[in-house]
Amino acid sequence: MHELTAILVSMVLSATPLLLAAAGELVTEKSGVLNLGVEGMMIGGAVIGFAVAWTTGSPALGFTAAALAGVALAALFGVLTLFFLANQVATGLALTIFGLGLSALIGKPYIGKPLPSLPQLYIPGVTDIPVIGPLIFGQDAIVYLSVAATVAIGWFLSRTRAGLILRSVGENHDAAHALGYPVRRIRFLAVLFGGAMSGLGGAYLSLAYTPLWSEGMTAGRGWIALALVVFATWKPWRLLFGAYLFGFFSIAQLHAQGAGVSIPPEFLSMLPYLATILVLVIISRDAKRIRLNAPAALGKVFRATA
Amino acid sequence: MPRIRLEPRAQSSRWATYLSPVLAVVLTLIGTAVLFGILGRDPIAAYRAFFIDPLSTFYGVGELGVKSAPLILCAIGLAIGFRANVWNIGAEGQFIVGAICGGGVGLFYEPMLGPATLPAMFIAGALGGLVWAGIPALLKTQFNANEILTSLMLTYVAELLLRFLVRGPWRDPQGYNFPQTKAFDGYAVIEPFFSGTRVGLGAVLALIAVAGGWFLLSRSFLGYQIKVIGLTPAAAAYAGFSQKRITWFVLTLSGGLAGIAGVNEVAGPIGQILPVISPGYGFTAIIVAFLGRLHPFGILLAGLLIALSYLGGEAAQISLDLPVAVVGVFQGMLLFFLLACELLVRYRVRLGPATAESAA
Repeated sequence: MHELTAILVSMVLSATPLLLAAAGELVTEKSGVLNLGVEGMMIGGAVIGFAVAWTTGSPALGFTAAALAGVALAALFGVLTLFFLANQVATGLALTIFGLGLSALIGKPYIGKPLPSLPQLYIPGVTDIPVIGPLIFGQDAIVYLSVAATVAIGWFLSRTRAGLILRSVGENHDAAHALGYPVRRIRFLAVLFGGAMSGLGGAYLSLAYTPLWSEGMTAGRGWIALALVVFATWKPWRLLFGAYLFGFFSIAQLHAQGAGVSIPPEFLSMLPYLATILVLVIISRDAKRIRLNAPAALGKVFRATA
Repeated sequence: MPRIRLEPRAQSSRWATYLSPVLAVVLTLIGTAVLFGILGRDPIAAYRAFFIDPLSTFYGVGELGVKSAPLILCAIGLAIGFRANVWNIGAEGQFIVGAICGGGVGLFYEPMLGPATLPAMFIAGALGGLVWAGIPALLKTQFNANEILTSLMLTYVAELLLRFLVRGPWRDPQGYNFPQTKAFDGYAVIEPFFSGTRVGLGAVLALIAVAGGWFLLSRSFLGYQIKVIGLTPAAAAYAGFSQKRITWFVLTLSGGLAGIAGVNEVAGPIGQILPVISPGYGFTAIIVAFLGRLHPFGILLAGLLIALSYLGGEAAQISLDLPVAVVGVFQGMLLFFLLACELLVRYRVRLGPATAESAA
């Protein structure tokens, strides 16, 4: 029972950065922009969040700064792709390479410095309920924020006028432009939002999941978040399911390592990456479903003609 | 205030094609000067340490060949794929698997193979990289899975596989428990061309790849198909060019080249297999491919420049106490400026309101 609780609670911890980054990217992609720089924005958020939290002693300031760092990096991407009409795939890769380099540079003085972990919710009596108590009523604030943000995004995209406009821009930018919607501005905002969420996700890694900074600590999570968006076929509530499923697999392998399973740890560590490939294959196999669900203008360059 | 407009060019501008990478390099140099200033270093001294000092010795010039060879080998393959709109970004993983396969042959079959060892190592390495890139090709053509994500995930798998082998079954029993294999010896070693340097066969292989890449892209029907598929997939489909066949071809070709680079690295400059055998050559090759404007000759020049940035980073770390991470920032910045300057190639920048002609 105790073991199960530990697995489930850490599953949520490991899923949270993925969920934050993937939810942000989902909004970006719904507006028709494919930003492959999630990994770069996450690591940027991780390092800035850590540096600010360590200097000021305030995790809240750390998370705020991380979100802003994500926004700044995303703005770079947005200007290049939306105003300089650069190739989105190449620019996203550039953002990742740049983010990894810059974060290593900024983070050098902070290597090996520990931070206290985030405070967790505690409601006397309720949090003490076995399994469900710590799982649902004993997490830190960002976990609740990530779930709330995902639900809010689902509501925004399907139930509000602004969300509908954002989706129309992602489906057919020429039609949206003809209707008088400011395509570039809407896309730019969606890109910035994605950056903020990736920054938060990165900061969750360096401030909560493993409260310390190490170079390249995102370890491909930005790319896994991108895969999760495909897995969710661009639907926020499926993202929630996907992220926790993924969190479960990564934690299960860690627990297996801890329990001394006779498989070499390197092979267990491969599991999250192999699982990502497997999931992508299963979802993408049905090409028709991907075509029906993916934003039709995803990755296409928009140039106002009149 | 006059409005800035972009007019698409009917044909990409020739001078802008050549000028835009140069402009990007100049802008990056300005950007890094600012960065050096922020880090509290004299930019002129930093430039010298970065770009001039490494080339002041014979050994340094040789190192340029050592560092540029893997970059060029990987970048040629990647560029051919990018031309076809196939985005292999897992060259790092293919490089590692190539080093594992070729290195394995060199470590365990050298006594049996004798003089045939080195060719066998290169064949094994090329096949290893080819198979590793063949997985994304299979998943893309059969299951429609995005090759960007699958090839990248396989890079992490390859890194872990390498770590497992070097720490476990392949560890040198006489290596004082360090995670490393025994050194290659006898016929499994790539000797440097000149004593006092480390440059060897890899530089020649890179040049062959440049020539081969040029021939493929500009002088062969296959290269023509690759370019048509990349520019207008619909036209390619009408012409009956097989998208699947080209996807397989460009991915396995780039994987094979990366694998060859991996073998060369462990059997040449490194001399044994270590847990980490590349400072990110496979990823940096993406920058090299773009900086070279996806053209083999451009890639040759770009590979030399980026190799110099690696050398400069190492030199500046020692002489100016600058963190090595500066190299990554330099490379990322360069790619950004490059992508921004790309605009000049495809569009004319005009001031003033749209004319009736350009709006039509």
